[in-house]
Amino acid sequence: MSPSITISDPTLRDGNHAIGHQITAEMIRRYCEAVDAAGVPIVEVGHGNGLGASSLQLGESACSDQEMLAAARGALKRSKLGVHIIPGFATIDRDLAPALDAGVDIVRVASHVTEADLCERHIRYVKDHGRTAYGVLMMSHMIGLQGLGGQARKLADYGADAVILMDSAGIYKPIDVAERIGSSQTACPIGFHGHNNLGLAVANSIEAVRCGATIIDGTARGFGAGAGNTPIEILVALLGEEQTGIDLAKLFAAVELADQLFPGGAVRTTPSPLSICMAAAGLFSGFAKPIQRAAQRFGVPEIDIIAELGQRQVVAGQEDLIVEVAAALADRQKDRVP
Amino acid sequence: MKKLRVAILGSGNIGTDLLVKCRRSTSLEPVVVAGRRKESPGLCLAAGLGVDMTWHGVEALLCTPEAYDLVFDCTSAADAKESAPKFKALGKKVIDLTPARVGPMAVPVLNRFDMLRHDNVNMVTCGGQASIPLAWALGKVYGRDLEYVEVVSSIASKSAGPATRANLDEYITTTERGLAEFSGCHKTKAILNLNPAAPCVDMQTTVLARLSADLPPHGNLKALTRLVADIVDDVKEYVPNYELIVPPTMEGGRIVIMVRVRGLGDYLPAYAGNLDIINCAALAMAEEVAMQAAIDRSTK
Repeated sequence: MSPSITISDPTLRDGNHAIGHQITAEMIRRYCEAVDAAGVPIVEVGHGNGLGASSLQLGESACSDQEMLAAARGALKRSKLGVHIIPGFATIDRDLAPALDAGVDIVRVASHVTEADLCERHIRYVKDHGRTAYGVLMMSHMIGLQGLGGQARKLADYGADAVILMDSAGIYKPIDVAERIGSSQTACPIGFHGHNNLGLAVANSIEAVRCGATIIDGTARGFGAGAGNTPIEILVALLGEEQTGIDLAKLFAAVELADQLFPGGAVRTTPSPLSICMAAAGLFSGFAKPIQRAAQRFGVPEIDIIAELGQRQVVAGQEDLIVEVAAALADRQKDRVP
Repeated sequence: MKKLRVAILGSGNIGTDLLVKCRRSTSLEPVVVAGRRKESPGLCLAAGLGVDMTWHGVEALLCTPEAYDLVFDCTSAADAKESAPKFKALGKKVIDLTPARVGPMAVPVLNRFDMLRHDNVNMVTCGGQASIPLAWALGKVYGRDLEYVEVVSSIASKSAGPATRANLDEYITTTERGLAEFSGCHKTKAILNLNPAAPCVDMQTTVLARLSADLPPHGNLKALTRLVADIVDDVKEYVPNYELIVPPTMEGGRIVIMVRVRGLGDYLPAYAGNLDIINCAALAMAEEVAMQAAIDRSTK
């Protein structure tokens, strides 16, 4: 019986957020070998914000997109190689075309949840070149249910092979997952990408499956941005080897390897106060490190930065605003000191 | 002074806002707006203002070259590339507001006089007009020690129409070329964020730079700060609401400079600073052409 749930593993992409995008080609090669052996269907690789995202704005990666993809492609025999790409950061000519040349199988074209039309050109390009394209809606909590349906339908119209809802802020509860997946029905499969800021990533992912999602993202020990992602090993244990097509014992081995490979280990512990506050404010998980840095640099409380960013409804990619907010708070602090 | 007659090609948001700005100008006279759709709100506005309008697009302009002296091309990169040689054959000056980049890039505060001798000048992009003056300042102060320049712009989702959304890649490439040309630094990157927040956000542009590791950590930041303050004042002369909100700051091993652009609210709401800055720059360029034309006439 062929597996009915496709597990997609962005350890080597979302995990990059956790260590300032310093995943090396060697880490990629070794982790890919291990998850390939376990039968994980899709392995996603790259800078935390995807192709072409290495930048001063978001952090420079330890190695180039080409180096990362080459390391992964060489190590994956059965698993498909996936990438994340955000139009506005990456271009077709400079970033997407070379990635397809490097042997990428699945391109996850992502935009902020209200801006799906930015994905049209890139999705069509991928489809015209015979690969699989998923349309991805980031920060999917930042829109009403009706609007969400409209955005999902756009992606399906562009030819996406699946629509993925991301809980980038880790703000969802299972009831939210049910409502949102329910509102995003199109002709194509639905996927879910959870974050664990409120300790609900696993519960949310199981709810997603119950509501008909057939593609679920999970990372080794939850390694990922902010409070981390849904732990892949728990997902497979819950959903079962038959439903996922993944060998649990070999997956455990891959996950333990991840813990040794990544600086600081892969395991994400109970969400920190920072992560919890960020979820409450609906902030992009990738902001965690820049917020910590700015708080330190400008001598202002993290919680104040979070509150201001939440008020301004800042979206992924606007890391520069973190600096502006922190600098402004520092100025106000200075004015208040007698 | 006899006004320079301008044709506006493209009756979308950019073209319509430009129409309103041109009517205020003492040296430019908008004589025709050419669009493609009869129902276009821009064409309706033109008619209401008593300005000739046509929905037969570029063809209409090409048939009536005697009616105008200069064209603002507010269509799309692909269309602008196609029309450019046709206008050149007619001897018409073109100010191109698309990312087509047929002619050299014009950033009025830096090179408006040099651009006068070209038939077709390109206004780069909105992010380019906002960031290139700052990138230039970085290049001036640091020279070869400027290793890498990056610009990130955030604009309100509402201010990004279908043309912007379909031309993201061109926006990125053209902005990057502009940064490289005016800063002298060859490694550049441009990023565009759309933010749907309500109330709508003003355009915000951040320039980030990496300097050579050999430089002392705060080397020359004072000189940069002074130059940036000066150039911001100069840009303000044609973009009144161009505001420096974070002066040159060293953060995390990179220099960060931030500007915010609020629009004049001529046609679009004021949050659409991104559309306003490219229009203000295009207008400044056209007024320079008008001034030169007046000088040429008086010296004949």
